Amino acid sequence: MNYTVPEFEVERNINRCISCGACVRQCSYEVHYFDDDGKTVLADESKCVACHRCAAICPTRAIKIKKYDMAYKEHSNWTPVMQKEINLQAATGGVLLSGMSNNKPYPIYWDKILLNASQVTNPSIDPLREPMEIRTFLGRKPEKLEFNENGELKTKLPPQIQLETPIMFSAMSFGSISFNAQKSLAMAAKELGTLFNTGEGGLHPKLEEFKDYAVVQVASGRFGVHKGYLESGRFIEIKIGQGAKPGIGGHLPGEKVTVEVSNARMIPVGSDAISPAPHHDIYSIEDLRQLIWSLKEATQYKKPVAVKIAAVHNCSAIVSGVARAGADIIVMDGFRGGTGAAPTRIRDNVGIPIELALAAVDKRLRDESIRNTVSLVAAGSFRNSADIVKAIALGADAVYVASAPLIAMGCHMCQQCHSGKCNWGIATQRPDLVKRLNPEIMYKRVVNLIDAWNHEIKEMLGGMGLNSIDSLRGNRLMLRGIGLTEKELEILGISHAGE
Amino acid sequence: MKITAGKQGFQSLNEQVRELLSENDEILIEDVNGQRYIGAAMDKGKTLNLYGTPGNDMGAYLNGGKIEVFGNAQEAVGNTMGGGEIIIHGHTGDTLGYAMRDGEIYVRNRAGSRAGIHMKEFENMHPTVVIGGIAGAFLAEYMAGGTLIVLGLNRDKNQDIVGAHCATGMHGGKIYVRGEVPEHHISPNISVSELNEEENEELLRCIKKYCVLFKEEEEYILKEKFYKLSPSSSRPYANLYTKN
Repeated sequence: MNYTVPEFEVERNINRCISCGACVRQCSYEVHYFDDDGKTVLADESKCVACHRCAAICPTRAIKIKKYDMAYKEHSNWTPVMQKEINLQAATGGVLLSGMSNNKPYPIYWDKILLNASQVTNPSIDPLREPMEIRTFLGRKPEKLEFNENGELKTKLPPQIQLETPIMFSAMSFGSISFNAQKSLAMAAKELGTLFNTGEGGLHPKLEEFKDYAVVQVASGRFGVHKGYLESGRFIEIKIGQGAKPGIGGHLPGEKVTVEVSNARMIPVGSDAISPAPHHDIYSIEDLRQLIWSLKEATQYKKPVAVKIAAVHNCSAIVSGVARAGADIIVMDGFRGGTGAAPTRIRDNVGIPIELALAAVDKRLRDESIRNTVSLVAAGSFRNSADIVKAIALGADAVYVASAPLIAMGCHMCQQCHSGKCNWGIATQRPDLVKRLNPEIMYKRVVNLIDAWNHEIKEMLGGMGLNSIDSLRGNRLMLRGIGLTEKELEILGISHAGE
Repeated sequence: MKITAGKQGFQSLNEQVRELLSENDEILIEDVNGQRYIGAAMDKGKTLNLYGTPGNDMGAYLNGGKIEVFGNAQEAVGNTMGGGEIIIHGHTGDTLGYAMRDGEIYVRNRAGSRAGIHMKEFENMHPTVVIGGIAGAFLAEYMAGGTLIVLGLNRDKNQDIVGAHCATGMHGGKIYVRGEVPEHHISPNISVSELNEEENEELLRCIKKYCVLFKEEEEYILKEKFYKLSPSSSRPYANLYTKN
């Protein structure tokens, strides 16, 4: 009864295998093992998650991971995945838990939106030879600016965050990812002039030196939140929801609360870190207003306060309320956003695409003439620079990325973050696995990635005849839909290609 | 140093208080009328004495300072408090001491619902909340550490000492309750037991302090037996999930 069909198969080329045992030592899932003779390497494919660590590390390239070739009687409703999940629950009675992000084939609107370029009139600009501005400022903008007779600014500006790119790293707590992974992001943020985000795991003392590049999060569990923490971040982010699991809280199991994690979160070693689904002091926009202003008071109005919500059905009305509650920055996380762990059913079925949420929210805030009171940050998910350019044209001031830099650090999307066994040293707290990720090497790869994206963004801007990212913000004339319905075009606020 | 809050808004009052605290260690504020966030993140060595009724989030993120209220307080007193002391000579509203990590809160009379939610402890940080009257529903929900004491003084005979859903999701810390515990309000994962010697000492220390602060009779309070509520498992949700 307990037989489950493996998902993957390990193909070992015995002509190449030199029985060095690297795969045996490297696989935290214990797929590879030596036979009794101590020479022949065998594999228990039922444990394989297709993280490709063995294939990448094998000195003779002897290993290939293949899909397990088991035939099922054709049934388009009762797919092998559906059957596997039923069997897992029949055996354990547990809530299915997954990692990473929604992997179901929902529409990806980025792929159905096309960008404009200048031809003849309003000529295009070459970013290699002409200045191209992608510097981004986040924070509440005043309705008007007043100057005195000497031309000096009289208006008191609310606190602003200066970024050298519209790309920031989303919240990933120390606990959900390893110290080395978080340090790599912190180092990359510093070099790029952008920010990383502590998530609700607190700020590790060894990352204090990167505090000028940190966003500190305040979530329902309030882990690691104290005066010094609030003062150390560039801005404070209240986490209401997350795209991968809207409406539910978080739960870092006690086995992941190591000494180091406990120090950053300020909870005892081995204790469960439970973040309730709601903040229990927030039951209304008025209550949220109270938390926002308590944080502003606690930090003497020196820090912008952001509120992060998951993109859900009624998000434009919610965001309007959040803006009126006093948030300086609003983060919206779409349903393809990632996570260290989320119930499978929530991850795959709750929330809406960021493309639609962003367009609807930007329009709503403009219609209500309060768009200037907040910066909008879109998250979940951006796979390349074109996605980001489209998001900015739909109204985002900046974006958060997380999965992309993780891939740059070695992630192969095996979606086992919740297992704590990440062979690439990213989503794990096991010291032997964490040390596989060298921040000195990996931060550079992240910097390379964002540098490349920055340049691509400049090229796309130049192609459109724009020399500043501010000219692209909410500029939907630069977008056209392809293969979209009237309704989808209406929500996105764009015309169809050919119009 | 003495100032009057009067009808000014919270921003101007708190700015004034912060300025004065940079040169004074103790301030008395008269005629407080619901101004919010008083004493937010106030540091050790600073004291506020408040007359009137302070507004929500008094002493939020308190960082070692002391606040004494000669009157009632409103909601979210000591929200995410990191240390210090709050004394309230009256009642207090909902979500008292939400997620507090260290320090002490003494309330002479009653507390509203959701007091002590998600209280936590860490190394030598150990928060204590003492409620002299009764506590509302959802007391100590998700409690993860620290000590919560409910005395239930001055209540009607038909009033329960704690409200419904007491200690739901509690996975750490201790609650000491005076007299009979209304079992029907206690969550299933909670065990009720007697206090051991060490716990008794802690309780006595807190009751002594309560009696000194509010001029109550120690002997009278100790006439009734105390019971301890604690989680039967520190990992109540350990078996909830199946790895997919």
